[in-house]
Amino acid sequence: MSLSVETGGRPRRALLPRVPGEWLVLAGLVLFVGALSILPLARLVQAALFPAGTFDAARIAEVLGGRRVAEATINTIWISCAATALATVTGTLAALLAGLTDLRGRTLWVFGFVLPLMIPPQVTALAWVQAFSPASPLLGPLGLSLPPGMRHPLYSAWGIVLLLGFYNAPLVFLSVRAGLRRLPADLVEAARAAGAGPLALSRDIVLPLVRGAVFAGAALAFVSSIGNFGIQAMLGIPARVPTLITLIYRRLNAYGPSALNDMALMALMLAGLTVVGMGLTGWLGRRGDQRVEGAARRLRLPLGRWQIPAGLLAWGYLAACLLLPLSALLGTALVRGYGQPLGPDTITFENFANALFHHEGIRKAFLTSLWLTALAVAVLVPVSVALGYVLSWRSGPVARLLQLASELAYALPGIIIGVAMILFFLRPMPLIGTSFYGTVWVILAAYLANYLALALRPVLGGYAQIDRALDEAGQVAGAGLIARLRDIVLPSLAPAAAASAILVFMSAINEIQTSVLLVSSRAQTIGPTIIFLDEAGSSTLAAAVGCLMVAVVLGLMLASLAFGRRLPEGVLPWRD
Amino acid sequence: MSAIDIQNLGKSFGRTEVLGGVSLAVGAGEFVAILGPSGCGKTTLLRLLAGFERPDRGSIRMGGRLVSGPGVHLPPEGRGVGVVFQTYALWPHMSVAGNVAYGMKVGGMGRAPREARTQAVLETVGLGEMAARRPADLSGGQRQRVALARCLAMEARVVLLDEPLANLDVHLRDTLEAEFADFHRRSGATMVYVTHDQAEALALADRVAVMEAGRIVQFAPPERLFREPACAMVAGFIGDGRVVEVTDLAPLGDGRAEARLLGAPVRLRCAPGERPRPRARIALHPGDLHLTGGEGVAATVTRATFRGHHLRAELAAGPDGGVSLCLNVAAPARIERGQRVTVALTDGWVLPDPSLPSLPAQGL
Repeated sequence: MSLSVETGGRPRRALLPRVPGEWLVLAGLVLFVGALSILPLARLVQAALFPAGTFDAARIAEVLGGRRVAEATINTIWISCAATALATVTGTLAALLAGLTDLRGRTLWVFGFVLPLMIPPQVTALAWVQAFSPASPLLGPLGLSLPPGMRHPLYSAWGIVLLLGFYNAPLVFLSVRAGLRRLPADLVEAARAAGAGPLALSRDIVLPLVRGAVFAGAALAFVSSIGNFGIQAMLGIPARVPTLITLIYRRLNAYGPSALNDMALMALMLAGLTVVGMGLTGWLGRRGDQRVEGAARRLRLPLGRWQIPAGLLAWGYLAACLLLPLSALLGTALVRGYGQPLGPDTITFENFANALFHHEGIRKAFLTSLWLTALAVAVLVPVSVALGYVLSWRSGPVARLLQLASELAYALPGIIIGVAMILFFLRPMPLIGTSFYGTVWVILAAYLANYLALALRPVLGGYAQIDRALDEAGQVAGAGLIARLRDIVLPSLAPAAAASAILVFMSAINEIQTSVLLVSSRAQTIGPTIIFLDEAGSSTLAAAVGCLMVAVVLGLMLASLAFGRRLPEGVLPWRD
Repeated sequence: MSAIDIQNLGKSFGRTEVLGGVSLAVGAGEFVAILGPSGCGKTTLLRLLAGFERPDRGSIRMGGRLVSGPGVHLPPEGRGVGVVFQTYALWPHMSVAGNVAYGMKVGGMGRAPREARTQAVLETVGLGEMAARRPADLSGGQRQRVALARCLAMEARVVLLDEPLANLDVHLRDTLEAEFADFHRRSGATMVYVTHDQAEALALADRVAVMEAGRIVQFAPPERLFREPACAMVAGFIGDGRVVEVTDLAPLGDGRAEARLLGAPVRLRCAPGERPRPRARIALHPGDLHLTGGEGVAATVTRATFRGHHLRAELAAGPDGGVSLCLNVAAPARIERGQRVTVALTDGWVLPDPSLPSLPAQGL
């Protein structure tokens, strides 16, 4: 045994120049986040406030003070607030029911409750519109479908509120459920021992303790409502209820890049509203927030004789919010023309065949979406593993700045990123000399900026489960950062990285807000195709595409459950 | 040349100073324990040595080479130190052999010599048969041996150990303690062992550095820590020591002194330079006191506990019972709460006057 080795050593390492892997990785991350989040947003601010190099208050007042803009702003604010209130009440009740009680079939119910969040909003809107059509297999036979020529009740501001509220309720649900999981069981048991019934318990003990989580969920619901292009466009444009996001879209469509500076200003106002809304809910949530220590035991209150009424309510909600619209969507996709009732003699698979095989635009859009999404996943997963390393195990101002920038790009409505990307990439790129505007690369850049924070979240959860000493042991073994990420971190992080890949894939394949601005004749993605088809009057074909998208989402969700057991709790939202 | 030479090392986290000017020299092949209560900065010191943290001031040299200092920070992967983590930090997705070989692999060693060396090292620690197993299939003791084999394979000349026995049960500790000593003897590596357990430190180390509040208060061989503590903290931390006050301290000049403990004359050991003082504090251990029939210090038994081969008696002495003492009484004995006894002191160490500039904490 050669233990007394002064000579052996490690000559090879001493001869090699030491590559500072850590600095390389950090510099790469700064470059990535800087080029994709910070610079485009800075360009947006510049175009909005200093279009000609100087600050012109009169121009800002003129653009924002216009009648249409003012109307859209007011609509945006009240619709988002009302939808947030609806989502918060619904989501909190659902979380209490699923998180605290022994409701029967809870796992399936949670899956169904979270499912709408994963469906592209434009598909949701389309499905709801179809819910009252004669093809609806639920309402059609009951004679509850709308008579032809009558104004659709969902084509109104309240229709938008209703759909945004239902669509975002799962966000509040997820936040409150996470809060309930941290709630120590003994606090609730102490209240029961003191004689509190279920209602008093929820009102006096549980809700005050998860207050922070409720408001955090409300903040998410607000951000998601204000930036939900799919529902606002599908309902708001026919209903002539302008909101900021649809106004930006329509003006950009009508005037093209010449209107960009004014659009940047409106986008900046939308961003301002988003940030103010988040800040306000955050502040409300922090006031009187009670920190509690982590719970060792999970709490389950028996529903007892309330089992049946609570079950009816819970499953009835799912039937109304999931089954009703989705079955109608399927019904519409299965008839030849919009307005036909679904029956043995009208049923046809022509729409699906068209969507899958014959319609070249759809096929191309689907293929473009697929490879763009795959590329975004392939870039974002390794980047978020590296960024997660820096955020979890390194501190310092650079790490904090990187996190803030990626969170901001995720929280801001996608349409703002879209405008920022157009502005940033419109001018010819330095070194290359050509503009990326109108190509798929701008869409890819927008996906990367938009979903970095989404990819990061499961990865950060995964890091929290790894003993940092494993990495440090790799360091003392002489492994540089890149070798450690590859050999030590990634194998332990694999399930979290897979979850992050699935989340990004699902979000990007359904993406609409940035794509709808960035698509051109050369670059078409599947998300906006539904809106274009519906606007062009091909409702049945749009419904078939919507059904296919729901099927893809459902398939991915079910596939992800296969390895869900190995993930930290809460990484896959649809898993109870 | 010292294997490790630490000069005036300081580190703060935010506004909290964790290390305040630590200096320490460790000889090549020496086994040094860093001992202290939790929060004293001992783990931070180890992490600075490994290179996981950057010092705010001061310097660290290893084998004469500056590894941390103003403008210099060699990252852990360049230091070639071995670390045995508290959790052992074995990579769960690699086999035992994979864990041991990883350092050589990233160091660029070819496959054949790497595998040969891995097998040789595993034989050395008695795990030759376990090479293909996963860490999860090993017992606690076997995991520790893999962690040691990993240091052995890297030929680390300095091995840092971060409370490796803290999570184990008492029976396993004795065996594993012996393995550390064995590893040290065979590898000849310089070892720095961080622990809060004085028994481990005293049993294993050539020298022990006792830390308190970010400073080293004494750095000395175990026997000297026990017999000649530098301050009240060390006296109280090591070997169930007690600190009591004496009066009329009169050094005799040969390292011995006379004084009065609650009026009774006592003979003590003291530092050669000690001067006469009206009041002084002394350190004593339970074994330094014994029961006498007549002469000595009167006291009342406040608590008696059975400890197997002896009884531990807590005593209250002095006019208002304010001086607490304790002693061991050989086991078949009757001593109970409330009993009046007289005790005599056979040995004690005069703590240096804290108001005087302290003697250098280092040195043998």
